Amino acid sequence: MANQLAAAHGSAWEIVIGLETHVQLHTESKMFSGAATRFGAEPNTQACALDLALPGTLPVPNRAAIECAIRFGLAVGAQIAPQSVFARKNYFYPDLPKGYQISQYELPVVVGGALPILLDAARGSAGPLAQTIALTRAHLEEDAGKSLHEGFGDPLLTSGFSGIDLNRAGTPLLEIVTEPVMRSAREAVAYARALHALVVWLGICDGNMQQGSFRVDANVSVRKHGQQALGTRCEIKNLNSFRFLQAAIEHEARRQIELLEDGGRVVQETRLYDPDRDETRSMRSKEDAHDYRYFPDPDLPPLVIDARTIESVRTTMPELPAAMAARFETTLELPDYDARMLTADRATALWFERALAALAPAGVAPPGVVEPRLAKLLANWMLGDLAAALNREDRSIEQAPIAPAQLARLIVRIAEGALHQKQARELFALLWSAPRESADAVDALIAEQGFKPLNDQHAIEAAVDAAIAANAKSVEEFRAGKDKALNAIVGQVMKATQGQANPAQVTALLRKKLGA
Amino acid sequence: MSPDAPGLPPSLRTLAASLRTRSIGAEELARSLLDDIAASPLNAFLDVRPEVTLAQARAADARIARGEARPLEGVPIAHKDVLVTRDWVSSAASKILANYRSPFDATVVARLSAAGMVTLGKLNCDEFAMGSTNENSAFGAVHNPWDLAAIPGGSSGGSAAAVAGGLTPAATGTDTGGSIRQPAAFCGVTGIKPTYGRASRYGLIAYASSLDQAGPLARSAEDCALMLSAMCGFDPLDATSLELPPEDFAKALQTPFAGAAQAPLQGLVIGLPREFFGAGLAPDVAQAIQSAIDQLTALGARCVEVRLPRTELAIPAYYVIAPAEASSNLSRFDGVRYGHRAADPRDLRDLYRRSRAEGFGAEVQRRILVGTYVLSHGYYDAYYLRAQKVRRLVAADFDQAFTQCDVIAGPVAPTVAWDLGAHRDDPLADYLADIFTLPASLAGLPGLSMPVGFGAQRRPVGLQLIGPRLQESLLLRVAHQYQLATDWHLRRPAQPAPVDH
Repeated sequence: MANQLAAAHGSAWEIVIGLETHVQLHTESKMFSGAATRFGAEPNTQACALDLALPGTLPVPNRAAIECAIRFGLAVGAQIAPQSVFARKNYFYPDLPKGYQISQYELPVVVGGALPILLDAARGSAGPLAQTIALTRAHLEEDAGKSLHEGFGDPLLTSGFSGIDLNRAGTPLLEIVTEPVMRSAREAVAYARALHALVVWLGICDGNMQQGSFRVDANVSVRKHGQQALGTRCEIKNLNSFRFLQAAIEHEARRQIELLEDGGRVVQETRLYDPDRDETRSMRSKEDAHDYRYFPDPDLPPLVIDARTIESVRTTMPELPAAMAARFETTLELPDYDARMLTADRATALWFERALAALAPAGVAPPGVVEPRLAKLLANWMLGDLAAALNREDRSIEQAPIAPAQLARLIVRIAEGALHQKQARELFALLWSAPRESADAVDALIAEQGFKPLNDQHAIEAAVDAAIAANAKSVEEFRAGKDKALNAIVGQVMKATQGQANPAQVTALLRKKLGA
Repeated sequence: MSPDAPGLPPSLRTLAASLRTRSIGAEELARSLLDDIAASPLNAFLDVRPEVTLAQARAADARIARGEARPLEGVPIAHKDVLVTRDWVSSAASKILANYRSPFDATVVARLSAAGMVTLGKLNCDEFAMGSTNENSAFGAVHNPWDLAAIPGGSSGGSAAAVAGGLTPAATGTDTGGSIRQPAAFCGVTGIKPTYGRASRYGLIAYASSLDQAGPLARSAEDCALMLSAMCGFDPLDATSLELPPEDFAKALQTPFAGAAQAPLQGLVIGLPREFFGAGLAPDVAQAIQSAIDQLTALGARCVEVRLPRTELAIPAYYVIAPAEASSNLSRFDGVRYGHRAADPRDLRDLYRRSRAEGFGAEVQRRILVGTYVLSHGYYDAYYLRAQKVRRLVAADFDQAFTQCDVIAGPVAPTVAWDLGAHRDDPLADYLADIFTLPASLAGLPGLSMPVGFGAQRRPVGLQLIGPRLQESLLLRVAHQYQLATDWHLRRPAQPAPVDH
C-alpha cells in the first residue's frame, strides 16, 4: 500500500526500514537464574530469588543461551566475538525487578552476518527474487516481567492496582538487528519470515509468535529517492505477527510521507501499532526518552568464547537451509527455485526429506540417490497440490492429513505409469479428506477406485488413430508448428479412453505418429 | 606473643580445642556472650535472637558429644548486616530494609556455619556499607570500645567494635574501599580483605560490585587465617568468584621464611610507599607505624622505598566508580516487592520517589546522585571511563612496586579514630581519610590491618600490609610473626560500664 502511495506521489519517496527482532531462546532455564521458562504458568511461580531481585542475589550466565547465540552467529556467517560484555540498562519500572536490564551494549556476542531472503514473485515479474539482508549484530539479554493492568485476581481486591508477573523476567532473548537496508514492507516481512524460519530451524526458538517468542521492532523512515542521508526514523515496538508488521510499516510510512508532503517534520519517537484501529500512535518522543546509563555489569566478567567452544557448537549445527538447498540442486538436480522453497522452513524440509527417504529404493539409499525425475515430481506435488491444500485450510505442513510416505507412494505409482495425473489428483483428494494410516493404503485406494491404467497398446493406438482422423484441423495446425494444438488431440484420446490412458504416453505416441 | 596467657581471651584455635574437649560448652559460651551483648553500650549489634543462637550452640554441643566436631565447632561469630541471613534480619543498616528477612544465607555465612560456627547475631555498619565512621547507620552510631566518644571506623564498625569489645571472638566484615581494614585499625583488631574474587559475594548486599569483598575481623592473624580458610572458595553462584583450589591459610602460617634460621622474617622485602608517609600522615600515627616497621626490621625484614604515584588519584576514581555501581545496585529498592514502601502513593512515580527518599539515608542518597550523574549520557566518558583508566593505572603502580618488594606496608588511615560527629557536615573529610585503603581496593589486592600501638588519646593505630594478588598467606605469615613477637593485638580496652536496657 505504501508502495502504491509512493507511486501515487510519483515515486518521489523511498522507504527505509531496519528491524530489531527479539527472539526468545528455547532454553530450560533463564538467562541468569535457574528458574524455569515455561509459558503460561501461574503468575510468579517461575521466579526465583534472583528474578525477584532479592538483596545479595547475583546473575550467572546460562551456557545454553550463549550456545544459542553462537549457533545463530554461525548460521548467518557472522563473527562470534571472542570477548563480549554484558551491560546494565538502567530504568525504573515495576516489571523490571532490579531496576536495570542486563543486556549487551558496546560489545555484542554476534557481529555482522547476513540473512538470505526470498521475495515473493511480484505480479508480472519473472519469478521470486533472492536477496541478502545485512545484519548489524545480535546480542544476548534478559526479558522483563509483565504488568497486568486489569482483569487479574479478585476484582474487588485488585481494582485500582496493577499486578506484576515475574515469570517472564530473566527469560533469555537474542536481539537481532539489521542494517537499515530494507525498502518496502514486503521486504521487511520476507526478512522476518526468513529469520523466523531460521531460528526455528536452528532449534534456538520455539517460534510461537502469539506467546511472544518472536517480536519485531521496526525502524521506519522515508526520504526522497536519490537522497543520501537517512530521514528521521520512528520505531514501532513489539509487532508480534507478520501481518501487523506489514500493516504497521505501511501505515507509518504513509504517515511520514503525508506529514512531509504537508510541509511537516518527522519527530524521532517510539510508536505503538494498534491493530484494532490500524494505525500507529506515539508512545514517547526522543525528548522524554530514558537515559539508560549503560555501563558494563560489574557482576559479570566479559563473556569469553574461545575457538574450541565455537567448534564444538559447530559440530552440533543442523544442515542449514542454504546448504540443504544446494544439496537438493546438486544431488537431486532440482531447480534453484524448488530447492529454496523446499528449504524455506525446517518443517517443510523435513517433510520433503521423509518423503524422499520413502522414494529411495529399499535397501539402497541415502535419500540423495533418489532419481532426479522422482525428486522433481515430488517437489512439484509438494509446492503445488500439497501447498495449495495446506493454504486452503490454513494448516501447517505438520498438520497435513497425508503422510510423506503416502505422497511418495503416489509419486512412485505416477512414475510407473500406474496412475496418471488426473487420477493421482483424485487420489490425493481422497487421502486428504479421509486420512489413511499407511503408504499401502495408497495402493488399496487405487484398487478400490478401479484406477487401471490402459495398458492395452492396441486400444491406445486405435484411440490415437481415431483422434487423428477426427481432428484434421488440429493435426494441420500442429504440423504448421502450433505445438499447443496437440493438447486438443490428447484431450480427445483421454475422453475416448474414459481417462484411463496415460496422457504422457498418449502425447508421445501422437508425436511419433505425426512425425514430430 | 601467645594469647593463651591467663586472663586473656583465647585464640580461636584454643577456643575450638576447649570446646572439642568439652572444657567449655558451646551453649554456655554463647549464653555468656549474649548476656554481654545485651549489656553492651557499643550499639554493635542490630539483631540478636538468643533462641536461634542457643539452638545452634546446643546442636554444636551435640555434635561434639557425638565426636563429629567440625573445625570451628561451637566457636561464636557475628555477621555484618550486609551479609544476608535466613534467621536474622538483614537490613544493611538501612531503613529501607528494616525487618527484611532473606530466604537464604550468604555463601560466606553458610560456609562459616558449615565449619561449625555459632552465630550470635547481626552487626551494625554504615548503611549499605557506605561510610567510614559507622555514623551512617539508620540504627544509630557504634561506639569505639577504646573510647566511647570515638567512632569505631566503618563501614564494618560494628564488626570491629564487637571483636574489640569482647562481644564476639570473630566477625565477618566487608571491604569496598577499606571497610574491614580501617575499622580494624581504629578498634585495635586484626582484619583482612582478601583478593577480589576469593570470597563469594553471593548474599552480600551489593554496594559496589567490582570492589566488594567479605573478610574476617578477629584478634589475631592466626584467627583471621582460620576464618579465611573457612570463608573462601569458588562459588558457582558468583560469576566473579575465582576458581581456585581450597587453601589452608592457618597451615601456611607454619611455613618459615627463607632465612628463618637467622631471623623470623629474614629474606622478606617490605616496600614502603613514599606517598603513604607524606605530610597528610598525623605524627602520632607516623610514630606508631615507624615503631612497627622497626620491629619488622628487627625480625629480619629489609625495607625499601617504593612509589605508588597514583595514590591521590585513587580517591576521585573510587568516588566515581563506587557510586556509579551503587546507583544501579540500589535501584532494586523501589518499594514494589519488599522493603519500605511509602504510604498512600499517588502514582508510580510518587511510590518510587517517596519510598526511596524515606528509606535511604543522606549519604546513600548522595552516592546514588553522584553515581547517576557520572553514568549519565554525555558525562560517562569524562567520569566513569576516565575513572576506570585511573583504576588500571593504580593497579599498574602496584605491579611496578611488587617488582621491588614482597609486601607493601604503611598506615591504614592518616589519623586515629576521630570523635563521633566530628565530620558531621563534611563528608569530604571522610572520603579523604580513605586515601591509604582505596588503592588496594581499586587494584583488587589483598590487604591486612593489624594493631601496632596507640596514638593520641590512646586510640589504636593499625599497620596495613598489602600483597600481590592471591598472596593472603604471605600477609598473614608476616602479621603472625609480628604478633608472635609483640602483644599489641592482645591489648584490651577497659570494660565500659554496662548500660541498662
